[in-house]
Amino acid sequence: MLAPTMTAPARGARTQGAICIRDVVKVYDPDRAAIMAVDHCTLDIAAGEICMIVGPSGCGKTTLLNAIAGFHSITSGEIHLDGELLCGPSKPLADPGPDRIVVFQNGALFPWKTNLENVAFGVVMQGKMRKKEAYEKARAMMADAGLSGTEHNYPGEVSSGLRRRVEIVRALMNDPKVLLFDEPYRALDSLTKSVMHEALLEIYYKNNVTIFFITHDLEEAIFLGHRLVIMTSRPCRPKLILDVDIPHPRDYSVLTTPRFRELMDQTIEAVHEEARKSFEAGEREG
Amino acid sequence: MSTARRFFFHRSTLRALISILVFVALWEVGARSKQWFGFAVPWVGNIPAPTAVLHVWIGLLGDPGYWQSWYLSLLRVLAGFLTAMVIGIPLGLLMAVSRNFNDTFFPTFEMLRPIPPLAWVPASIIFWPTQELSITFVTFLGAFFTVVINVLGGAKSIDVRYFQSAQAMGASKWDTFRRIVLPATVPSIVVGSAVGMGITWNVVVAAEMISGGGGQAGGSGGGLGYFIWNSYVGGAYEQIVVGMISIGIAGYICSELLRMLGGYLTPWLRTR
Repeated sequence: MLAPTMTAPARGARTQGAICIRDVVKVYDPDRAAIMAVDHCTLDIAAGEICMIVGPSGCGKTTLLNAIAGFHSITSGEIHLDGELLCGPSKPLADPGPDRIVVFQNGALFPWKTNLENVAFGVVMQGKMRKKEAYEKARAMMADAGLSGTEHNYPGEVSSGLRRRVEIVRALMNDPKVLLFDEPYRALDSLTKSVMHEALLEIYYKNNVTIFFITHDLEEAIFLGHRLVIMTSRPCRPKLILDVDIPHPRDYSVLTTPRFRELMDQTIEAVHEEARKSFEAGEREG
Repeated sequence: MSTARRFFFHRSTLRALISILVFVALWEVGARSKQWFGFAVPWVGNIPAPTAVLHVWIGLLGDPGYWQSWYLSLLRVLAGFLTAMVIGIPLGLLMAVSRNFNDTFFPTFEMLRPIPPLAWVPASIIFWPTQELSITFVTFLGAFFTVVINVLGGAKSIDVRYFQSAQAMGASKWDTFRRIVLPATVPSIVVGSAVGMGITWNVVVAAEMISGGGGQAGGSGGGLGYFIWNSYVGGAYEQIVVGMISIGIAGYICSELLRMLGGYLTPWLRTR
């Protein structure tokens, strides 16, 4: 549950973590199959915004995320972070870095490291802290996220919900400007999911990083986001951008408010239309 | 006490004991059929009875020659196996992480891999200066290919997300190798070495039979394989069975030790 003293920072209150996506195109296998995954996509995300990317399976949302993270190159266009070029015509592949951390769909905690070692991994690798210092900070951050007592467990020993939380804490430990979520709660049951959503907001209210969150769960999108960006089926491009004017901090009671239902109704049609197109085009899950 | 009782009266333990007892009893009856019923049960009638084997075995326990056979076989297995690990693990890892290295060595490796270790025996005897080295070399081959192919497969199937996360969090190339590739490959190394160990025992015994039995100045190459072969040639049929069971026990001990070591090296898999 949310602490009563918690206040929601205004969107953009943070000065770092603004993403600017300009005219980005991604074509896979340009010489042969030439599959266009992203089609002239332009999108601005304010610093400290929770931006929810909604779209049918396989529409190219993950391609966009991979371009920001620096895992995949782009074909044309530019992506900036706080005015600095991440990737563009002169440099199609961004350098991955601790300022942009991805939380993956199935999680990417290292199974051979304990939760504590996982959380401390980044700062030790970057040489920002000595091991002992890193463990101390990691322990404090884990305690803050309600993860006390799981420090010396391996990720495989705790529930999938706790595992996701550890992964988010591991990401935050790097003090990122942007967290990139790739459907992190897809595999969770709906009850665990609702707990995870509140936990994520709680973490967000404390850290106020920019969140780029891919999902195809509309309820999740409206509950968490400042803004919804509904993508077209492949090639992906914003089809509808919607402000979620439900004030933060939010808890699960907003799900039953009339405004929430209205927003659901507004978006459901747009999403459904794209989902049908995508289904007819025979897209595979993923 | 209650744990022991639960163990002995547990259904599956009971079944296991009954299974072994029935097997030994049938074997005893079959082997003694001529003596007891006046006719030999086909095949089984010619092998020594378990009680006779046990009797001979007890006699052998005080025989240094018997323990020498154990010692020699174990020594060869360990030497071959450890060499296979020391060369095989780095080779497998190198092939997994370096495309150039893989392109250069994998074709040769794949061409040599299907050759059964025993087919190497004659060449090995010609090539190596001593018989000991040739047997150890053949034993090494038995484990080597299995270890390499397991390490290579394990290291190549590491989820790309681990590399991406590590890279984003600032891990250098060396860090990535040391902290991602290496630990992620340990389970495959453990599996590869367990399989390799089994093959090593198969191979050492056969190699000892072929080359050790050939006779050398001062007797033989020795080992459990030679022990069995020599017993056969000398007509001591009970000893053949003693030799066989000894290999079973030795192999089991080696596998069990490896399992323990493997469990120690992969604590994160223990709780699954």
